[in-house]
Amino acid sequence: MNAPALTAMQQGLQNCEACGLLSRPAPGEEEGECPRCGQSLDFRKPASLQRTWAFLMAAAICYIPANVLPVLTTTTATGTESDTILQGVILLWSPSGWPLSLIVLFASIMIPSAKIIALAYLLITVHRRSNSNSEQRVRLYRIVEFIGRWSMVDVFVDTFTAALIQLQPLMSVEPGPGLFFFAAVVVFTMLAAESFDPRLIWDADEFDGG
Amino acid sequence: MRNSTGGTTESIDLLMYNQPIADRSLVSCPHCDLLQRLPDLAPGAAARCPRCNFELWRPRTDSLNRTLALTIAAAILYIVANTVPMLGLSVVGREAFTTVIGGAQHLWDDGSTTVAILVLFTAVLAPALQIGFMLAIVIGTWRDPVPGWVGFLLRHHGTTRTWSMIEVMMLGVLVALTKIADYATVIPGLALFALGALVFVLAGMQSAFDPREVWERIEWAQTRAERKLAQERASGFAS
Repeated sequence: MNAPALTAMQQGLQNCEACGLLSRPAPGEEEGECPRCGQSLDFRKPASLQRTWAFLMAAAICYIPANVLPVLTTTTATGTESDTILQGVILLWSPSGWPLSLIVLFASIMIPSAKIIALAYLLITVHRRSNSNSEQRVRLYRIVEFIGRWSMVDVFVDTFTAALIQLQPLMSVEPGPGLFFFAAVVVFTMLAAESFDPRLIWDADEFDGG
Repeated sequence: MRNSTGGTTESIDLLMYNQPIADRSLVSCPHCDLLQRLPDLAPGAAARCPRCNFELWRPRTDSLNRTLALTIAAAILYIVANTVPMLGLSVVGREAFTTVIGGAQHLWDDGSTTVAILVLFTAVLAPALQIGFMLAIVIGTWRDPVPGWVGFLLRHHGTTRTWSMIEVMMLGVLVALTKIADYATVIPGLALFALGALVFVLAGMQSAFDPREVWERIEWAQTRAERKLAQERASGFAS
């Protein structure tokens, strides 16, 4: 416990994220290939911060039309009605349906926005070389990584609602333009989480210590 | 340094490979890069990173056989889930049925092609790859040494897992079902139950599998490249 914590990078070693083998790049080289599985290796994910920012900004931009534009358009004999994600949540709210309404509210509105905020927080603290709360920050990253896929729920709800309710001329449901942007938010936040290298959270520690 | 060893492109190819460290029990944490030694663990125990609590390794009992059994079960359930109707709707004497692929196809016909592709990818294609890759990995591991293509599949298995969203789709279907129940009578199809079972079988398949066991027995990429090079040289001399 007295010896300072050493990282693979400080020892000039690269960890293979595919097979877990530690190996040393050729002298003077920054990158190479894993001799066991052939994966290309770096000390840290290449351009991690830039790539994460890019995906995150794309997600933040798509977030606005995703919430403003309708995701479903319902056509009945009496007319046409369009619903955004939030209106869909309100429509689901009933004495028996409120738990599902909460699931959709959580998965479609809270998770995507929380993910964008959480990733921006992680990026900013890495840029500022913060060395506090590293454990909580890596835990936050794991939550973001784990929970991201669940935002897709609304895409599936709308897909199967539209596929089933085809009872022309009585009633039919079609997907709206908001669905495209919503799906884009989910994909971009997942790609952002994948591009982020959690080891960067800890790197500030070592620079300050040494 | 690099070019002095040889003029041919093949010998430069071999130099791309890093030098592996001798002590194979030394690992670094994928989430914080801390160097540490993996202890010998009994099945059921887990090794966690002391700095960031990442689970580094959890050895499994009879990993490959159990994974194979669960993968075959998953493959059967997957085929059922994608061939029979999933949800039916009955209103004023009319009935409509849809499958998972039918849902994506409807989106496509309505002009939402991008979303249709995403649904098809996350609900149909990625799960198929996840199951197919696992089946090939486990069967490939019967050979000794484990052939290199198993390593290729194992390297990309994580991606198929990230994008395979059967359990998310299940939740989405349940929400859609409740929503529609207000307008019409919903008839749950056989595929719905197959998908429900598939969620648990897939989770079991993933947790029974120990990738370390496969990696330890695989033929190294470098060895393979060297062998290929020797073969090329031999055939070069012959001609």
